[in-house]
Amino acid sequence: MTSTGEAVQFWVLAVVAVGGALGMLLMRKAVHSALCLAATMLALAVCYLAQGAVFLGVVQIVVYTGAIMMLFLFVVMLVGVTSADSLKEQLKGQRIAAALCGLGFGVLLIAGIANARLGHFTGLSEANAEGNVQGLARLLFTKYVWAFEVTGALLITAAIGAMVLTHREHVKAPSTQRELAAQRVRDNIQLPPLPAPGVYARHNAVDIPALLPDGTVAEDSVMGTLRERGQIRDVSQEMLRRMAELESSTADWLGRPPSARPPVTGPRKALETVPTKEPKKAEDET
Amino acid sequence: MNPVNYLYLAALLFTIGASGVLIRRNAIVLFMCVELMLNASNLALVTFSRMHGNLDGQVIAFFTMVVAAAEVVVGLAIIVSIFRTRHSASVDDSNLMKL
Amino acid sequence: MNSLIPLLVAAPLAGAALLLLGGRYLDRLGHWLGTLAAALSFVLGVLLFSDMLGRPTGQRAVHQHLFSWIPVNGFRADVSFQLDQLSVTFVLLITGVGTLIHLYSVGYMAHDERRRRFFGYLNLFLAAMLLLVLADNYLLLYVGWEGVGLASYLLIGFWQHKPSAATAAKKAFIVNRVGDMGLSIAIMLMFTEFGSFAFGPVLGGARQASEGKLTAIALLLLLAACGKSAQVPLQSWLGDAMEGPTPVSALIHAATMVTAGVYLITRSGAIFNLAPDAQTAVVVVGTVTLLFGAIVGCAKDDIKKALAGSTMSQIGYMVLAAGLGPIGYAFAIMHLVTHGFFKAGLFLGAGSVMHGMDDEVNMRHYGGLRKYMPITFVTFGLGYLAIIGFPGLSGFFSKDKIIEAAFAKGGTEGWILGLCALVGAAVTAFYMTRVMLLTFFGEKRWQPSARTGEEPHPHESPATMTLPMILLAFGSVFAGGLFALNSSFLHWLEPVTGHSEGDSPLQPLTVTLLTTVCMLAGVGLAYLMYGRSPVPVTAPVGSPLTRAARRDLLQDDFNHAVLVRPGAGLTASLVYLDSKAVDGLVNGLAATIGGISGRLRRIQTGFARSYALSMFGGALLLAATTLLMRSV
Repeated sequence: MTSTGEAVQFWVLAVVAVGGALGMLLMRKAVHSALCLAATMLALAVCYLAQGAVFLGVVQIVVYTGAIMMLFLFVVMLVGVTSADSLKEQLKGQRIAAALCGLGFGVLLIAGIANARLGHFTGLSEANAEGNVQGLARLLFTKYVWAFEVTGALLITAAIGAMVLTHREHVKAPSTQRELAAQRVRDNIQLPPLPAPGVYARHNAVDIPALLPDGTVAEDSVMGTLRERGQIRDVSQEMLRRMAELESSTADWLGRPPSARPPVTGPRKALETVPTKEPKKAEDET
Repeated sequence: MNPVNYLYLAALLFTIGASGVLIRRNAIVLFMCVELMLNASNLALVTFSRMHGNLDGQVIAFFTMVVAAAEVVVGLAIIVSIFRTRHSASVDDSNLMKL
Repeated sequence: MNSLIPLLVAAPLAGAALLLLGGRYLDRLGHWLGTLAAALSFVLGVLLFSDMLGRPTGQRAVHQHLFSWIPVNGFRADVSFQLDQLSVTFVLLITGVGTLIHLYSVGYMAHDERRRRFFGYLNLFLAAMLLLVLADNYLLLYVGWEGVGLASYLLIGFWQHKPSAATAAKKAFIVNRVGDMGLSIAIMLMFTEFGSFAFGPVLGGARQASEGKLTAIALLLLLAACGKSAQVPLQSWLGDAMEGPTPVSALIHAATMVTAGVYLITRSGAIFNLAPDAQTAVVVVGTVTLLFGAIVGCAKDDIKKALAGSTMSQIGYMVLAAGLGPIGYAFAIMHLVTHGFFKAGLFLGAGSVMHGMDDEVNMRHYGGLRKYMPITFVTFGLGYLAIIGFPGLSGFFSKDKIIEAAFAKGGTEGWILGLCALVGAAVTAFYMTRVMLLTFFGEKRWQPSARTGEEPHPHESPATMTLPMILLAFGSVFAGGLFALNSSFLHWLEPVTGHSEGDSPLQPLTVTLLTTVCMLAGVGLAYLMYGRSPVPVTAPVGSPLTRAARRDLLQDDFNHAVLVRPGAGLTASLVYLDSKAVDGLVNGLAATIGGISGRLRRIQTGFARSYALSMFGGALLLAATTLLMRSV
């Protein structure tokens, strides 16, 4: 039997952990799943601490929540933060079968635990007498030293494997800046540097395209990734509307007759003379 | 409270993880589910360690963590390289292993 | 001394291995190496022979155990040799004639770029033939028997770029297989009957075996002998075998290998003696072949094929003698040895003529060569006189003895055999005189060679070729007289073959006179037909018998009609059965399985998640079962 404090702690943590797990399972976006999983792992870390596994609890927080989950988030960002599962299940009956199997498995496991003759809980006060870390170290470097060395080899292998897998051979030598410049002149598509985004009036954000002098959008000013995803926030219409307002209020104030007022420039489409640069170029450079 | 409850929690988490592997299609999420299953078993190991009053269970849990780390590194590298070539992170799209 | 016996075989075998594996590094001196190996074997043979002469008659046969080949419970196959009077006679003939022919080939094959290989095969042949005659059990004899078959195949087809040579080699090999099958079955029968292959137990135990078994074994051995020695009905390969180089024809298809059948019958004399029916079969085969070969020899215009017919006929004599039992064994071997000398000499002479005439083989395109090739003419002439049985030369003594023995068989049989042998002698004289007249006498009938388009310029062959011919001519002249002197050869072989005089209805002198008269009649007839009038360059149509004889007395047509066509029909029907019934069954089964698999394949969706589901479901089942078993 545990103390009441631990009981309270357990129930709180259990709710957090199961909630996190379910969240991970049910969230459509991978980022949300990762965050839910991080919550579960933190809850588990506290569980470890509560059960006398101090070292493991800290490692859980540092390695799992700190390193592995960050790695996951990294990859999620790399692959695309918005990539979400479509709701439509392609495999017929997979979802129902999986739910049934999961249910059956859970029932079996829980029934198994309930039926098992679990003996008295000894507690770790004796084993942790000289400190949890010291106790673990004693075991690791005596009884499990061979396994420990092998895990070292495994880690190195995994690191090399990851590098090999993600490394891409250059098919040809990367182009130098000089060559790129020469190529740009030869292509004669966009000779000067691309316009910077969002540099107009009060706006300053990467997802807001610059406006050309006539008030249309310069799509080139937004980075390719955002353009691909369609995440451009077009503010040109609002600008034009405000310009028109300004003009008309000026005319009102000056008392010009409607005939003398300059025609209001209506919303115009973005210039189409400037073709967007092929994204292929970016791939060649990597 | 009986510490056996920790085992029930571990079983529950494990089941959720396993179901996730079967249901989710995003390879990254699938990996997260695997991680959850490993964590659940770690919790069980820590609980067993407490039950038996020795630290062997914790040592095994420690090794599990190391192996999980290695597995995640390699697995994510595979996902990234697959994504590069096929522009998809869905496990259903990698179905060339059939006639 | 006995330890030298394996070396007899080993020397040419090592030579063959060296020459065939040595590659082109040995091209320049390979032929001398091969000749040296043969000569070494001959020297060893002479040493062993002189050693044997030094021992009393009872102790002359020696055994030399080399190693146990297949020692299995109740089945013992040894590699061990037996050197007795019969073996040593063969050893001397094989190595002596073999060495001379090696020497001859040095000149004859001088312009062949594959000469090293040729000598390798010749050495291989020598090794196999020596193994055949030295073996002290039938299994080892069989090894040698197959070995000479292989060497014969390789050498007949030596000029394999000629389709005719390749076909002839295959024909010889396949026809020989029929005989070899007989020998292998005979050996199996021997093992079931006597429990051993060795000559000692088999020949010694023959008296205890039933006559039916012995007759079966003897007939199978006769089949083997027919195959190897080109006796009717397995004679068809010998004529075609002349496609091989002439030294091969001289060594293998005249002097040694084709006489292996006679050796086999003589060696197995103890079995034949107890199987009179088989002996009758042997004499019938011998007599038929004797006449068959002689008739074929009369009609052939190809000098080598005429000689091949003659070989067939002379071996017919030997088989006839061997079939007579103890009356004839020694004479069969004696004729074999003298025939080895004069027929090898004749073939070498023919080779020399061909060598000088740009490989022309048609005798109608020869004529008047005696002035251009004097040494060849003299040696060939001596061989000719020897084979027709001119009094005083080798063939006279040996053939005369066989005819005498044929009469000595007694009764009507004896008369029939004797008269057939006499007729054979007359025909022999006729066709050999024909060969002689067409080749060396008469006017020139030379034709432009097909190869160069020029008239040939006949010339005497180099010394390496004439020397063996001269030495063999000595053998042709003197061997018979030497053997017949005091019946020395008979007494020499008697411990091995046994001897009985038989009861001849005629005096020996009468037989000799009859033989001589027949011989002279044959010579005279040939002179009338070919010596007095010019010989046409293209062969006249001739009588039906001549036409048939030119086609080898229709042997190939017979084989084709009786064996090949029904065989092809049987094969075709079996193929039909196989493709329809067997293949249908198998293909149907395969199609069924394929169909089922095609449906089962759909389980393999290629989706990792469905596989994971199966795994998870399986784990669930296992866990459930485990829990269930625990609770029960």
